[in-house]
Amino acid sequence: MIPRGYRRRKVVNALMLSLTALCSLLTMSILLFILGYIAYQGITAIDWDFLTKLPKPVGETGGGMANAIVGTIKLLLLASLIGVPIGFLGGVYLSEFGHNKFGFLVRYAADLLNGIPSIVMGIFAYTILVLPMRRFSTLAGGVALGIMMIPIALRSTEEFLKLVPASLREASLALGIPEWKTIVFIVIPAAMRGILSGITLDLSRVAGETAPLLFTAFNNRFWSPGWLQPTASLPVMIFTYAISPYEDWHRQAWASGLVLLMLVLIANVSARWILRKQL
Amino acid sequence: MAKTKSIAGILGEARRHLPRAFGSILAQGSKTGLRFGDRLFRRLTLAFAFSIVALTLLIAYELYRNSVLSIGKFGWGFFWSSTWDPVFQNFGALPFLYGTLVTSFVALAISTPVGLGVAIFLSELAPRWLSDPIAFLVELLAAIPSVLYGLIGIFVLVPIMRSLGAPYGVGMLTAGVLLAVMIVPFITSISREVLMAVPQAQREAALSLGATKWEMTWMAVLPYARSGIVGAIFLALARALGETMAVTMVIGNRPEIKLSFLEPGYTMAAVIANEFTEATYDLYINALVEVGLFLFAVTIVVNALARLLILSVAKKVEVRE
Amino acid sequence: MNGTDSLLEIESLNAWFGEVQAVRDITLTIPRGRVTAIIGPSGCGKTTLIRCLNRMHEVVPRARVSGKVLLEGEDLYGPTADPVLVRRRIGMVFQKPNPFPTLTIYDNVAAGLRLTGIRDRRTLSEAVEKSLKMAALWEEVKDSLTKPGTSFSGGQQQRLCIARALAVEPEVLLMDEPCSALDPIATAKIEELIHELKKTVTIVIVTHNMQQAARVSDFTAFLYLGRLVEYDVTDKIFTTPAKKETEDYITGRFG
Repeated sequence: MIPRGYRRRKVVNALMLSLTALCSLLTMSILLFILGYIAYQGITAIDWDFLTKLPKPVGETGGGMANAIVGTIKLLLLASLIGVPIGFLGGVYLSEFGHNKFGFLVRYAADLLNGIPSIVMGIFAYTILVLPMRRFSTLAGGVALGIMMIPIALRSTEEFLKLVPASLREASLALGIPEWKTIVFIVIPAAMRGILSGITLDLSRVAGETAPLLFTAFNNRFWSPGWLQPTASLPVMIFTYAISPYEDWHRQAWASGLVLLMLVLIANVSARWILRKQL
Repeated sequence: MAKTKSIAGILGEARRHLPRAFGSILAQGSKTGLRFGDRLFRRLTLAFAFSIVALTLLIAYELYRNSVLSIGKFGWGFFWSSTWDPVFQNFGALPFLYGTLVTSFVALAISTPVGLGVAIFLSELAPRWLSDPIAFLVELLAAIPSVLYGLIGIFVLVPIMRSLGAPYGVGMLTAGVLLAVMIVPFITSISREVLMAVPQAQREAALSLGATKWEMTWMAVLPYARSGIVGAIFLALARALGETMAVTMVIGNRPEIKLSFLEPGYTMAAVIANEFTEATYDLYINALVEVGLFLFAVTIVVNALARLLILSVAKKVEVRE
Repeated sequence: MNGTDSLLEIESLNAWFGEVQAVRDITLTIPRGRVTAIIGPSGCGKTTLIRCLNRMHEVVPRARVSGKVLLEGEDLYGPTADPVLVRRRIGMVFQKPNPFPTLTIYDNVAAGLRLTGIRDRRTLSEAVEKSLKMAALWEEVKDSLTKPGTSFSGGQQQRLCIARALAVEPEVLLMDEPCSALDPIATAKIEELIHELKKTVTIVIVTHNMQQAARVSDFTAFLYLGRLVEYDVTDKIFTTPAKKETEDYITGRFG
């Protein structure tokens, strides 16, 4: 005996649950489409020229992104030099000494920093470096990216240091080893895998950022010697080429897109892989 | 954790067999330098931690300092005026506020049901072996750089929109749709966590009354997780507000307020991205920085609200235990 | 049992959590209009057993059941049986009170009825009042029906859960250690309640408290390691148990 109205409830149940499955399918498909389409468009354009040559003048076909690739590498190097020490040591402070009001303030500030739109970071680097120096520079771009790296480096460091069992610290202290040596030589190495994976993810996020570079590192058709000249970078080149009217530039934009995508995917997967081995 | 075990093992060994050799190397200077080394280390890490707070304050200050000219000239009217005229040095940010609101609203309208749907599927329907990999893949959507979304936007989405009837292809609706895809992972991952935190006892209470799985979700799970889900939406909103590249590549970049979402528009982040390098005089730059300052303030508020809401669900679960 | 009408017939019931078997080949009849207690040491399968009766056991991943449970002759595990409908007819009260925190007291009690599509305000209010009276909670909450379900003490919350379960008029009410999270006074109130309730609904109660089983039930089943060791009239189980294991448990030699 099926009570009246029950059939309708069963239908609604099946419908709504299928809808959630459909949403999941839709989201997965979109992801696969994006990855696949970039791969499809980009794979044909990547060749030796692309990786080693400089861009050709506007309108001419051919040329490559060598300077953009090197530019991105330099920017990431500088960004890590700034973001990693601050985030890492700040994270050490929070995990080992920061169980107080000041620690709360630092965490809140880092959260704030993390929420600032990347374009606003670009404005900040512009006001403190580009304006006084009266020029665009790799330095300014690196600083903008570096500041963006701080919050995630901080959070990863703190979280993984917290995971190290107290018994390890206690054993070391009981041996007469001073606190700072305990932290530096015993606790931090124990958390290293996790911290490294966090920094890898951090770098991969920052590698794809375009907005903060638009008016700090700006762009450059040629090589950018040193740190005080504007430089090309993969994301900015992709943007510039994509919005241009030239077919050949579009082709190159896809190729750079694929390179950037591969960078990000490899970083993401390896970061998680490092973690899996540890846990 | 194999690595930590081996270190503890080494310490154990040291303790037993090599008290002088190993222990003394690390304990070197411990008698005289103990307090000094520790104090130095603490001060060092404190300094770096403090620099983060100082940096945040500096950013706020610099944004303010570099927008005083514009604040002084236009006052609050800056946000009411819809004239953005660099030639006549008259700046009003209303078109950008409007565009930002419209694109964010469209993005949330699309991504909230879809993101929540995925979260419900992952939390209530899918078995663990399916739920975890799919959750990872959804997070991958968040890892794709904005400029690549823009690339797909220009060459795939815009033609599609044009073929569906949008005369320009680019526009606020297109930007909203693209944004929606970008913020779905934020809604899904937080909602999923929040849903999974709902105590099993609540589900059982609903089921034992004769509820179907969907009725259980609707009656017992979603209401319990309500504030966390709203928090996830706020977080996604904060992301949408600051999104620059993908939006600027498909929105048409026209500083006009139009009713139809099919029309091109402009957002706060997009105008900064496009015009900053063309701002040739101080007032122009100040006006753009003021837009940035406003964006900064708004995202802080929205983010703070989001965190409060998400934390409140965690507290609810704790109290119950 | 002679002279009593059986409502639920459990036949060769087995239940597993993945590879681990929790209930072994149990055959048991639950008489109508009486209170049946299920006792036994921790891990003996008593909670699993009653969760099989309202098909809640299968909610856990990798859970499995075999055997039959006949309610008025209908196999609840039959091929056409629907767990959702089974749970309507067999209600449950859990160990820790679990009222819905986002619903008012009124809405908590009405929740089950609303599921079946009853919208009429008057019908709902009458049912809510009736259930709260049956749960001996009406006098205490009648002026606070709009307060959240988690207001008031644990004992009152548990009675609210009883009212909520009773509102859908189940034929059997399963109670899984309903007093274990409550203080003695709240416990006494609920035990009093059970005496009244059995006039309208058949009750199966799991308890680790033997004195409670002796006070409250008409029949008692003793479970050990997933098997039914002995099942008889409560007086007999507690005064002259037939099996040695039963006697050992009753006298506190183990468990």
